[in-house]
Amino acid sequence: MTAAGFGRALDLVTRVRGVRGAMLVSAADGLVVADQLMEGIKGPAVAALAGSLASRLGRAMTAAGVGESVFWHLQGSGGALLVVPAASGILVVAVAEPEVNVGLVRLELLRAAEAVA
Amino acid sequence: MSTRAVEAWTLEPLKRFVSEAAARLVLLMTPAGQVMAQHGFSRAVDVMSAAALGTAIMASTTEIAKQMHQPPFAALTHQGERHGIFLAGLSTNRGTIVALVVYDVDVSSVGLVQLFYEQLAADLQAASPKEGVPKQVLAADFERQLSESLNTLFGR
Repeated sequence: MTAAGFGRALDLVTRVRGVRGAMLVSAADGLVVADQLMEGIKGPAVAALAGSLASRLGRAMTAAGVGESVFWHLQGSGGALLVVPAASGILVVAVAEPEVNVGLVRLELLRAAEAVA
Repeated sequence: MSTRAVEAWTLEPLKRFVSEAAARLVLLMTPAGQVMAQHGFSRAVDVMSAAALGTAIMASTTEIAKQMHQPPFAALTHQGERHGIFLAGLSTNRGTIVALVVYDVDVSSVGLVQLFYEQLAADLQAASPKEGVPKQVLAADFERQLSESLNTLFGR
């Protein structure tokens, strides 16, 4: 996939109202592959910590015997982090405001994950 | 795993980095290979080899950058099957320090190491003493200083 293709995948997510940024993250390395973020969001830090979290969550889910993770939603007091792991080892990450339409973001994250898989 | 320092001001920043980045081995040294602090090494011979190899790699990549008319590379990473290696130089009031980090890919990642390395660099810069200059190592004192450093690093 080209950089333009990654950009189009991220466009699917960032066009949702309340989304402050979207990133494609290499799950194994915790490095940013592509991003579209509003100013003030620390992309490399979010990528590194999301990658680490994905690895730990994956192990927890395997241990619990519930299969691979499909979608996670971490709600904070000032916003939310929504993540869909793609088949290619890429995490599609959205940083959103607290009142974002989570269902719509999830749908677009899944579509973006299909596009980058 | 023990964390020990010859230069006391490096200890707290190093301990914090090790805990946050989940690093397996860390070596802080001068570009000449003089070890300032270490975490996770159990044998002096391993520290000396790692310090020599790490600083040699830094010297080589710095020279490659010079040949390319570029500033020195900020960091060098190598990811193996089970372990990753991260090597980078940082500036302090006591001059440049070379950091060599080895991490388990199951526990940490290059992204995490890079993220907390930036904090380590800032912490070391803030902690490094401003006054005074480091002692010059004379050939006559070298053996004694090396022994003292190794004793400190391995708690003998």
